[in-house]
Amino acid sequence: MNTVSTSLPVLSYGSMSRDRKRALWWSYFFLVVFAIFFLTPPIYMLVTSMKTSAEISAATSPWIVQSPTFKNYIGLLTDPVFLGFFRNSALVSLIVVMITMVVSVLAAFSLARMKFWGSATLATGVFLTYLVPETLLFIPLFKMFAWVKETVGIELINQWWVLILLYPTLTVPFCTWIMIGYFSSIPKELDEAALIDGASWFQTLVRIFIPVAIPGIIAATIFAFTVSWAQFLYPLAFTTSAEQLVLPVGIISTLIKGDVFNWGQIMAGALLGAAPPLIIYAFLMDYYIAGLTAGATKG
Amino acid sequence: MASVSLKKVVKYYDETLAVRGIDLEISDKEFMVLVGPSGCGKTTTLRMIAGLEEISDGEVYIGDHVVNDVPPKDRNIAMVFQNYALYPHMSVYENMSFGLKLKRVDKAEIDRRVQEAAKILDITTLLERKPKQLSGGQRQRVAMGRAIVRDPAVFLFDEPLSNLDAKLRVQMRTEIKKVHQKVRTTTVYVTHDQVEAMTLADRVVVMNHGVIEQVGTPQTLYHHPRTKFVAGFIGSPAMNFIAVQIVEQGSGLALDLGEGQRLLLPDEQAQRYRQYRDSSQLLLGIRPEHLTDSQSAGLPQTQQMLVTPEVCEPMGMETLVYFSLGGQSVCAKVNPDVAVQAGVPIALSAKLSNMHLIDDQNGLVL
Repeated sequence: MNTVSTSLPVLSYGSMSRDRKRALWWSYFFLVVFAIFFLTPPIYMLVTSMKTSAEISAATSPWIVQSPTFKNYIGLLTDPVFLGFFRNSALVSLIVVMITMVVSVLAAFSLARMKFWGSATLATGVFLTYLVPETLLFIPLFKMFAWVKETVGIELINQWWVLILLYPTLTVPFCTWIMIGYFSSIPKELDEAALIDGASWFQTLVRIFIPVAIPGIIAATIFAFTVSWAQFLYPLAFTTSAEQLVLPVGIISTLIKGDVFNWGQIMAGALLGAAPPLIIYAFLMDYYIAGLTAGATKG
Repeated sequence: MASVSLKKVVKYYDETLAVRGIDLEISDKEFMVLVGPSGCGKTTTLRMIAGLEEISDGEVYIGDHVVNDVPPKDRNIAMVFQNYALYPHMSVYENMSFGLKLKRVDKAEIDRRVQEAAKILDITTLLERKPKQLSGGQRQRVAMGRAIVRDPAVFLFDEPLSNLDAKLRVQMRTEIKKVHQKVRTTTVYVTHDQVEAMTLADRVVVMNHGVIEQVGTPQTLYHHPRTKFVAGFIGSPAMNFIAVQIVEQGSGLALDLGEGQRLLLPDEQAQRYRQYRDSSQLLLGIRPEHLTDSQSAGLPQTQQMLVTPEVCEPMGMETLVYFSLGGQSVCAKVNPDVAVQAGVPIALSAKLSNMHLIDDQNGLVL
């Protein structure tokens, strides 16, 4: 008897079709390329930070540490100046995040929900201000500070707390935009149910909108924190003496003396500086994803 | 006193007139249903009673007070929304107690009211769950519980069953009726489904294009519609409208339906419609349930007609037979045991004692 043999493709992964296998292969390929691009600098930094100055000057392989040392890290973490940078960064970022979240949540709620004349234009305008690059903004800001010094006598240059006034110009527009998007996705019936239940505008915001929009709030908070923490141009322009500096500027200005680059410490400092956002990300991501997948927006 | 009155209530949306001056009286404890096609103004009217829409003109009374400028929370109303509008981050208990907590009601009192409402709606086991852990029917019951807990003067329902599947809708309909019998609160209920209207209402308001076409009990609307719109809206399948002329036949009057079909009018109808003998643009309004196979009808042969069915739909309880007359599709409900087949002529009898004569020019039932 003739058995008809149908030629099926021989697959090595279970019952996956050929197309899917090929798609997966390409996905992994690009992911690996992506990983190499993004992980190479930090790995390089980590390796270099563990080397002594002698070893760095000897220009050995950039990927292997021959005699690893924690001296760079210990040196920084015991240096009051470096810890000062950390303190300034932390204070500035935390306060800016708080200000930003209060302002953007209130602004977004009124722009998304309270229909008043010009609210749509205002919402778009808020977002458009975000598009102005900070490299252009700091020049007029400088002039404004000079004007303030002349008229009111307050010195705004070289004070770390001035950054608290400046950073929100960068964070509030985008965070407001995110929150407007999130608040708009909340069904109007929830407002009306709350209205009938007797909630005022503020109670509706605090007891209904904010809990329901938690993923959006987390996203905005992460954004605001990262922007504040990693700011380089504004502190570079507006703060000069060592005790006023924040981390990104502090690392390059104190650890580079003339043309002597203390690479080991620079790398260690940079990694220490990058650690807080990473930790916060890792911590908040669980809540963020839990909030999204829990279907928080559908009543 | 929890009556609701609407006096010449008007609603403008920019240039569009959504509600054109309606007057309505709803008595205390009455279950009033607003029914009509999409865009007829029923939801707008409900929202004006609730306070969620500004009233452009006219007055709305709840009890004896004009409530035009009273905010929703002070109108002593409770609303059940089409998509439940439950607070997703709160448990069922918290959802139901939210309004009372805002009013700073005593904790023990809140608990008593929530437990009582939960018992009426049979959701006592669900109190700690979040809305996303509930089925559609359960969510709707929680929404009703939230309304009951407020102990309002008026319940407002905005198409609460539209999001449920057909079977669940029938079940919930009965639940709502049972709750109304237990709680005995004035209810205003909006729906586009005339079956819901007929089964739930003490009285029905049929709305169309922002005006009230007719107000009456379900039975009144079924048997004595005043306009063509109401006649065609109430009853499923809808009433048939056939262009007719009233002609002399022998010593009496007959309806000439065209295509050689004639039906002799019974004495009562002959007397009533004699004055329209020479009128044009008349429509015969007859419900499918009053057009049935001649075997089961037991009516005189003068009210028979021979038709050729085009489509037959066996429903189990009856068979729907569709045929053409004068270019229009006419529906008849035939006994399920009678053999009908598309293309095979069948004799149908018209129960003309239940007929309506309609003036097609102004849409009024004569």
